[in-house]
Amino acid sequence: MTNRADITKTWKLFIGGAYPRSESGRVAPVVHARKSAAGIAVAYAAQASRKDLRDAVEAARAAQEKWAASSGYLRGQILYRLAEVLEGRREELIEAIRVSGRVGKGDARREVVAAIDTTVSFAGWTDKLDCVVGGRNPVSGPFHCFSQVEASGVVAVFAPEESSLLGFLTLTLPAIACGCSVVAVASSADPLPALVVAECAPSADIPAGVLNLLTGSRDELVPAVASHRDIDAVVASVNQEHAKTLQLGVSENFKRLRLVDPNADFMKNDIWTTPRAFDAVTEIKTTWHTVGS
Amino acid sequence: MTGSAANWQYAPAPESTKVEIKTQYGLFIDGAFRDPMSGRFFDTINPATEAPLARIAEADGRDVDSAVQAARKALKRWRRTPAIERAKYLYRIARRIQERARELAVLETMNNGKPIRETRDEDVPLAAAHFFHHAGWCDKLHFAFPTSDGKHPASVGVCGQIIPWNFPLLMAAWKIAPALACGNTVVLKPAETTSLTALRLAEILQEVDLPPGVVNIITGGGESGREIVAHHDIDKIAFTGSTEVGRSIATSVAGTKKRLTLELGGKSPNIIFADAAIDQAIEGVVSAIWANQGQVCCAGSRLLVEESVADEVIAKLRHRMKSLRVGDPLDKNTDVGAINSRAQLDRIEHYIKAGIAEGAAHNAHNDVALPPKGFWCRPCFFTGVQPAHTIAREEIFGPVLAVMTFRTPDEAVARANNTMYGLSAGIWTSRGSKAYEIARQIKAGVIWCNTFNQFDPAAPFGGYRESGFGREGGRSGLAAYLA
Repeated sequence: MTNRADITKTWKLFIGGAYPRSESGRVAPVVHARKSAAGIAVAYAAQASRKDLRDAVEAARAAQEKWAASSGYLRGQILYRLAEVLEGRREELIEAIRVSGRVGKGDARREVVAAIDTTVSFAGWTDKLDCVVGGRNPVSGPFHCFSQVEASGVVAVFAPEESSLLGFLTLTLPAIACGCSVVAVASSADPLPALVVAECAPSADIPAGVLNLLTGSRDELVPAVASHRDIDAVVASVNQEHAKTLQLGVSENFKRLRLVDPNADFMKNDIWTTPRAFDAVTEIKTTWHTVGS
Repeated sequence: MTGSAANWQYAPAPESTKVEIKTQYGLFIDGAFRDPMSGRFFDTINPATEAPLARIAEADGRDVDSAVQAARKALKRWRRTPAIERAKYLYRIARRIQERARELAVLETMNNGKPIRETRDEDVPLAAAHFFHHAGWCDKLHFAFPTSDGKHPASVGVCGQIIPWNFPLLMAAWKIAPALACGNTVVLKPAETTSLTALRLAEILQEVDLPPGVVNIITGGGESGREIVAHHDIDKIAFTGSTEVGRSIATSVAGTKKRLTLELGGKSPNIIFADAAIDQAIEGVVSAIWANQGQVCCAGSRLLVEESVADEVIAKLRHRMKSLRVGDPLDKNTDVGAINSRAQLDRIEHYIKAGIAEGAAHNAHNDVALPPKGFWCRPCFFTGVQPAHTIAREEIFGPVLAVMTFRTPDEAVARANNTMYGLSAGIWTSRGSKAYEIARQIKAGVIWCNTFNQFDPAAPFGGYRESGFGREGGRSGLAAYLA
């Protein structure tokens, strides 16, 4: 019996609800990590250019205001729907984590379960963050004064190189939960799990442009994000050199920056789902109104 | 109360308080005043008379290093001090500020140029309130910021804090109180032109026996500030000042693990709808742009008026502006005092010239006689301002208002948000539902509805976009000082 030739899929970008190839036309192989299979391409992924980034930011900007204006209850239902869709694709996600040979089956299974639970957790934050970190300010004067949470706007996320599913969701979901739209860059070595999530997004009714996903070289995309003036915040698990580039980018337009340790353990999920997860992706707005006749 | 009105006494005027000013002030490091290593001092003056008040130490890198070392040494014990003990030090500081309020108000007015009415009624009471409010937080942080082990959340460490000249004592309180409440130690640098009240605060810290090194106060110019920002053993930089300097600080901490909060400039809109109580709104405009000579980061420097009431608003504003008293800041009746420095006055005059050159109409109907010496700028406003005009886009930091009109709420919001800044906004309307909806749409950290320039230690303050990041005050302000 002859072996069937596998179809080696070429994964495309996810921008504004569509799946375009990179405008540059570039594609790179996702290669197997194990020595016995060294160099074998298990899939191909588009290599996003600066122009793709700009297009993604435009799509994110176009979607953000409406997403932020939707109720926390609605955003919560959509994120819970995402958890439902991911649950149905558990085996595919496990396979996506394992395919490059970096993670064993048991670890992959544990990561998928944790990733789905993290999604459920953030689904619950959408209509609660405001009353935990905001609220009425007891000022000493005749004023009704309150502080509330608002979404920072368009957020760029550099997902961790490892923890390609759980880490990606842990850094991306807080922004989406609070009403930001996201341009995420998947793990360079293992982009497949994030790409599967991007394929799930429309099924979960995440509006087009709220989640955008790029794959490609960080050496190219980090400086492009750092210098982009229409990105409001960056959440990044990157190496020291890229971290510095992003820090320098803060002075461009005072984009908010949350740097996450590249060696962080995302399996300890109770420390990743606290209100601090929203630090860079939310603003506190304080409103005063006179009380009296 | 017994007795008749005939027995009532006038309260003593604050300016009758005699304030002792030394001829020379050293740096406050490790609980004691000491001369700067360089031996260099510079004059600080009264901007209303240009007379020198004292000589202030110029800190260099060696002095900053000593201060950081003292703060680092003190940190170990301070962060382990039982929370209720830390609280009591902060309460003591609040009390001593209250008890020395008149002296502090007069000193602030002499060194800054702002009217005594403001230092007496706003700056100093609010400074005391900031210590009082944050004192009570010390032993309650774990309720606001629960930790997995139930213990108190950890502090950040040694904080370098750099503050501006427009609210010298108040900004020192905004910075020091939350830092200490959370268990941090501090190296604070007041602005070059206004060091005196921070140094008086240092004396208060000695009086209340605050452990040496917990707060260190370094004086000097921009170079001293850069030494703080660049110091390798500082964990966090908190800066209030211009967006331009904020930008250079953000650049210089890149590549380090220093945490950063920035409270920067603004070009805040003050929006008057036709259904507003116009007379109240006019008073709000006066406070928004002419209080503290307009040298306020959140000043309402762009007035947006609904077209149908524009003529009425402008006529009333003109009348009100005419009656403002400009002059001796130590006079209780003064509304507008001196500009803080020659450099700032030059900057304001440059913008007024730019406004005229670009074709806006300069309304300068205040003709109060000005004192012979000192830095003075009469309040004024521009009409016929286009959104592209320099005076509509750039922060002037002076008593100069740009007036523009709008027709619909959507246009008001679009114009309000047409700026890279996002610090504050004012909304004047008698319809609550409209006020809250407009507030929702404006991208700014602080929104005042039917009021302006209200501050309280319980209310978070800080900006969106290029007005910086991080909050001061309230629960959010504490977050900036916890690991």
